[in-house]
Amino acid sequence: MANEPIIEAQGLTKRFTVKKKAVEAVIDLSFQVARGELVAFLGPNGAGKSTSLRMLTTLIPPTAGTARVVGHDILKQPAAVRARIGYVGQLTSGSFAQRTRDELLSQGAFYGMPRAAAAKRADELIESLDLGSFATRSVQQLSGGQKRRLDIALGLMHAPPLLFLDEPSTGLDPQSRANLWQHILDLRAAHGTTVFLTTHYLEEADRYAERVMVMDKGRVIADDTATALKANLAGDVLTFGFSSAADADRAVFVVRGLTDRAVRREDAASVVLTAPEGDALLPAAVRALDAAGITVRTATGVPPTLDDVFLALTGRTLREAGEGEPSEPDEDETDAAADVPADEKTGANR
Amino acid sequence: MTATETHPDTAVRQNAARDTWNVLTRELKPVVRDPFTLIFSLVQPLVFLGLFAPLLIGTSGEPPAETLQWFVPGVLVMIVLFGTGATGSNLQYEMMTGSHERTLVAPLARSSLLVGRALKEIAPIIVQSLIIVLIAWPFGFSINPAGLVIGLALLAVFGVGLGSLSYTLALKTKDREWLFWGVQQTLIFPLLILSGMLLPLDAAPAWMRAVSTVNPINWVVQAERALFAGDLGDITVLWGWIAALILAALGLWAGVRAIRKSS
Repeated sequence: MANEPIIEAQGLTKRFTVKKKAVEAVIDLSFQVARGELVAFLGPNGAGKSTSLRMLTTLIPPTAGTARVVGHDILKQPAAVRARIGYVGQLTSGSFAQRTRDELLSQGAFYGMPRAAAAKRADELIESLDLGSFATRSVQQLSGGQKRRLDIALGLMHAPPLLFLDEPSTGLDPQSRANLWQHILDLRAAHGTTVFLTTHYLEEADRYAERVMVMDKGRVIADDTATALKANLAGDVLTFGFSSAADADRAVFVVRGLTDRAVRREDAASVVLTAPEGDALLPAAVRALDAAGITVRTATGVPPTLDDVFLALTGRTLREAGEGEPSEPDEDETDAAADVPADEKTGANR
Repeated sequence: MTATETHPDTAVRQNAARDTWNVLTRELKPVVRDPFTLIFSLVQPLVFLGLFAPLLIGTSGEPPAETLQWFVPGVLVMIVLFGTGATGSNLQYEMMTGSHERTLVAPLARSSLLVGRALKEIAPIIVQSLIIVLIAWPFGFSINPAGLVIGLALLAVFGVGLGSLSYTLALKTKDREWLFWGVQQTLIFPLLILSGMLLPLDAAPAWMRAVSTVNPINWVVQAERALFAGDLGDITVLWGWIAALILAALGLWAGVRAIRKSS
């Protein structure tokens, strides 16, 4: 049991019918997640991230394929899956009419927690997520960041071994986003919770996720640590500046001797290349150029971002890809299968 | 691996009765926390009681007590019609803001999500009806105690049915509020007028009387009138119960079906 993957997706596929046109939101998705991992689905809006999450959390049935989540099949035993996962959706989990603490207690009851245990747990979460000053206020009265913290608390109420988070920090200011992440990381450190999230913020995936699955147009196009993705697919951008075009001309030949990467001229007096392990190549290149009698005036190395990875994989930046992407039925910027027409027989629901 | 040790597999199993109770108690929390909302939604029936009843008394030429005896049971049914008829909008709001989705991911029996909500409707019905009855009492409205109890029970069954239908409408119309309210308003006023709640249908044209015989609300109103007057054995009481029970069965069936599809 312990060595079994906590998520095992096999050929998950989701097709929607939008205005009588079949749209493939997720295509043949297969992957495994081990217990304790922190995995991020990174991709532009409409890439199929939320649809994948909604299948894994039993909210919508797949058109084809299936998955085992915490030891149970999402199609055959959806109730068993639900009892063992936590889910924080894109929207607000708390009902606007309810009070903050009441919602936590109700959530505890929903998951079969005895009253006293639920109350204890609710108070712990209220404490650790700084919800204390508005525990008796209605959800409606909370700010965006406060609502989001309550969402996280609701998702964690029953201490699930696996927590799904759909765009947890969208719409939060940088301060709240950093706080939210601190809470997620703390809780994970304390309980060994497996965390599976979607995001379209690359800095977020880069900084916090141990494993990044890059998604585009319904498919996972890369799956590795952020560091490996950047090293293998993008690399550091090294720029050398010289005092004359003649120096730069000579420098191109010297640098080409050090790497098999393409070396190009950015302008008359500078040379640029993109290479993995650029931090080691940079001093080596400076020494070689020095030895060749070429004076290097400036040398910079810029580490790659996941956007560079996405660009290398798709030829588009994440931002470009997110705009006017018709791959999911929703025309607004959320990536959920929210506005599936009423006659859609799977009955996808918000 | 330590992860399994910190997370022993004690996950809860679905249990329709317990889940329904949990959904019901959650739905009641805002009402208990802020009971004033119940009073506030009484404004409309009070307006009818204060501004419409005098007109009725004036036009009928009958003594006030007798007119109230005829009118108040209808007002109670009106509370249910407008209160539970609109309750689906609460669910629709939660579908749009996200908390409905959270409950769908929770390990709750699907039916409990609907039944628990529908049963919650009973609480405001009882409280509001009692308030209206108490207000009408000093003005000569006489109450048979047994009739009151049976009458409230009938209103509760009727409310569960109507509430379930309102939730069904919300589940079907999803985020299209205009469609929910369009359908709701289109139905509610003909049902109101054709129930003989505000004005007797005795003077109505034959076709209206014919339509009103298939309006279950008409039967519930007549049963309530008989019950409050103490005619517990009147045949209209039986018809009222049959109408309310059919409505409740139909509403719960449609609602549970709709919520199963929504997961």
